[in-house]
Amino acid sequence: MGINKWISTLTRGLLYYNDENISPIRRHKLRRNMIVLMIVVTIVPITVMAAINYHQYQTELKNETINPLRIMSDKTRHSFELLLEERLSTVKFIASAYRFEELSNTKTLSHILLVLKKEFGGFVDLGVIDDHGIQVSYCGPYELLGKNYSEQSWFQEAQLRGEYVSDVFMGYRKFPHIAVAAQHLSARDKAWTLRATIDTYRFDNLISSMELDPKSDAFLINREGIFQTNSKFYGKILEHCPFLIPQTKHSGTSVIETKDPRGVDVFLAYNHFMEYDYTLVAIKPHSVVLKSWYTLKNKMFFIFIVSIVVIILVIIKLTGILVRQIREAVEKRESALRELEHSHKLSSIGRLAAGVAHEINNPMAIINEKAGLMKDIVEFTPDFKKKAKLLELTESIIQSVERCKTITHRLLGFARRLEVLFEVLDLNKIIKEVIGFLEREALYRKINLNINLADDLPHISSDRGQLQQVFLNILTNAFAAVEDGGQITITTWDNDADTVGVSIRDNGCGMSEDVLHHIFEPFFTTKKGTGTGLGLPITYGIVKKLGGDFKVQSQEREGTTFTVYLLKKPKNEQGG
Amino acid sequence: MADWKVVLVDDEEEFVTTLAERLDLRGINVQVATNGEIALRIIENDSPDIVVLDVMMPGLGGLEVLQRIKAINSQIPVILLTGHGSTEQEIETMLESAYDYLMKPLNIDELIKKMQEAINSR
Repeated sequence: MGINKWISTLTRGLLYYNDENISPIRRHKLRRNMIVLMIVVTIVPITVMAAINYHQYQTELKNETINPLRIMSDKTRHSFELLLEERLSTVKFIASAYRFEELSNTKTLSHILLVLKKEFGGFVDLGVIDDHGIQVSYCGPYELLGKNYSEQSWFQEAQLRGEYVSDVFMGYRKFPHIAVAAQHLSARDKAWTLRATIDTYRFDNLISSMELDPKSDAFLINREGIFQTNSKFYGKILEHCPFLIPQTKHSGTSVIETKDPRGVDVFLAYNHFMEYDYTLVAIKPHSVVLKSWYTLKNKMFFIFIVSIVVIILVIIKLTGILVRQIREAVEKRESALRELEHSHKLSSIGRLAAGVAHEINNPMAIINEKAGLMKDIVEFTPDFKKKAKLLELTESIIQSVERCKTITHRLLGFARRLEVLFEVLDLNKIIKEVIGFLEREALYRKINLNINLADDLPHISSDRGQLQQVFLNILTNAFAAVEDGGQITITTWDNDADTVGVSIRDNGCGMSEDVLHHIFEPFFTTKKGTGTGLGLPITYGIVKKLGGDFKVQSQEREGTTFTVYLLKKPKNEQGG
Repeated sequence: MADWKVVLVDDEEEFVTTLAERLDLRGINVQVATNGEIALRIIENDSPDIVVLDVMMPGLGGLEVLQRIKAINSQIPVILLTGHGSTEQEIETMLESAYDYLMKPLNIDELIKKMQEAINSR
């Protein structure tokens, strides 16, 4: 209920207009508000949905593609650890299984190295270092016998922890190697250390077993960020790794998003070894990991944009139609109201006029007779002083009464609700008759009457007397409008299936817009003193009553054209 | 003209007496009636040459009087006076039994002309 109320308040606030004055500006505002409102209520939810979907899909798909990377990284690290563990165990086993004396013998040592090379592979040399750090026996490609390791950190660490695995270094034949050392501790003997050097080609095997795609990379780095294996894109072994890998304590793979030195967005999976100072790093560009996401994203975006465009187009079109219909409805109503108002005005003015005319007519008749009698008496009396003056006065009264009579009769004529008498008429003939009344005036004033009557004009069914009045009124106006020597053109034509047209055009003074708006209002006149302001309202009323139409075009100083359209048959006879 | 017997019927006394006086000045003998009953009585007794009758009268209306005159003597021509806008149909109905009609205020010469015509047409 609350929402309902809120919505109706909102829409009313935005869209409600008093439709009685829906001006173009307000219509424009209404249209704009409707469009905005409809766009907001449709596009906002769609956009929010799209954003939520986008985020959701992105997270899901990212997890889905990152997980395999994580698992593979874990697995590979495990393999590395296993490999190192195994090598270390082997060295530890030898250090435990043999005594110092046995291993000090180079022969035994070379035999063991031979077996190691055969069974494990990758072992390059083997040496025994006594508790002072002196190499007491050595078997391998270097001349290291007698070398003192006591100051070296690896030796100290091996002494301390009992075992040691070195970082990768460039060793024999410039191949990368690691050194593995284990201390022999026993109660009877002095402590001594067995050290083996192992090449790292097995590391490369493990990396390649990850089966990475060509755009991805994986490598091992040590605690200082030095490459322990070759990287495809980021550097050679023993170079410094360009990525900054966080030193976390927890085990397992962590994934971060970063940019590589080339500026490519990448996922970086790193995995610290538990026992050794190595970190396995796997790098995949976004483009690889999120390939399916990008495809989906593009599709989603495309659908989103297309929907929005379609929605906006439909809304604009729909709103246009709606607003036009509203406007048409309002205009229709307005014109109906105007017509009603006009006819109300006419009929109430008509009643008033009839009342006034009737009340005035009787006293007028009396004045007329009294004045007439006065005149008679004066006339019948033999000449006396001021007889002429008296005659003039009475004549003046009678003439004034005559003028009043004209006015009251016109008023009454206007008020009369005449029954229309339909008969079949020759419109051209009626017009000729009416012109006949005015021919003398035209001749006298040298007005040029241009008469273009259509020969084939069909006879119409209408009221003769009223049509005469219509054309007489219009022609009288035209005569009043033109100067002496002016021109009046009367044209008739077969307009369409239902109507005939009559136009009366003059080249007289014309009317201003303002006057044009009022010419059908009773008592509106520009002929000060001589007009009653009833001619055109009566004419308009008659034409409307006969079911016809009436149009006026006027241009100031250029002239006026009155056009009357008359039905060929009365309305109730049409189609019946 | 002088031997015409004219009956003038109108409820407006000022009007009817003045008009009668004017006609009298022109040598026309007029009998005045200010309502329908008086008019009918005069017509019954005197059988005039012409009746000039106002349509709008209180009491017995002009058209009613017209019917009765015709009932008494259909040969007597009647000229109607109308003061207001009767519809054309009303006028046509009137003209079925009346000779013609004139609008008030009157032009006296027109009235005399009409009376002459009416009497001559008998």
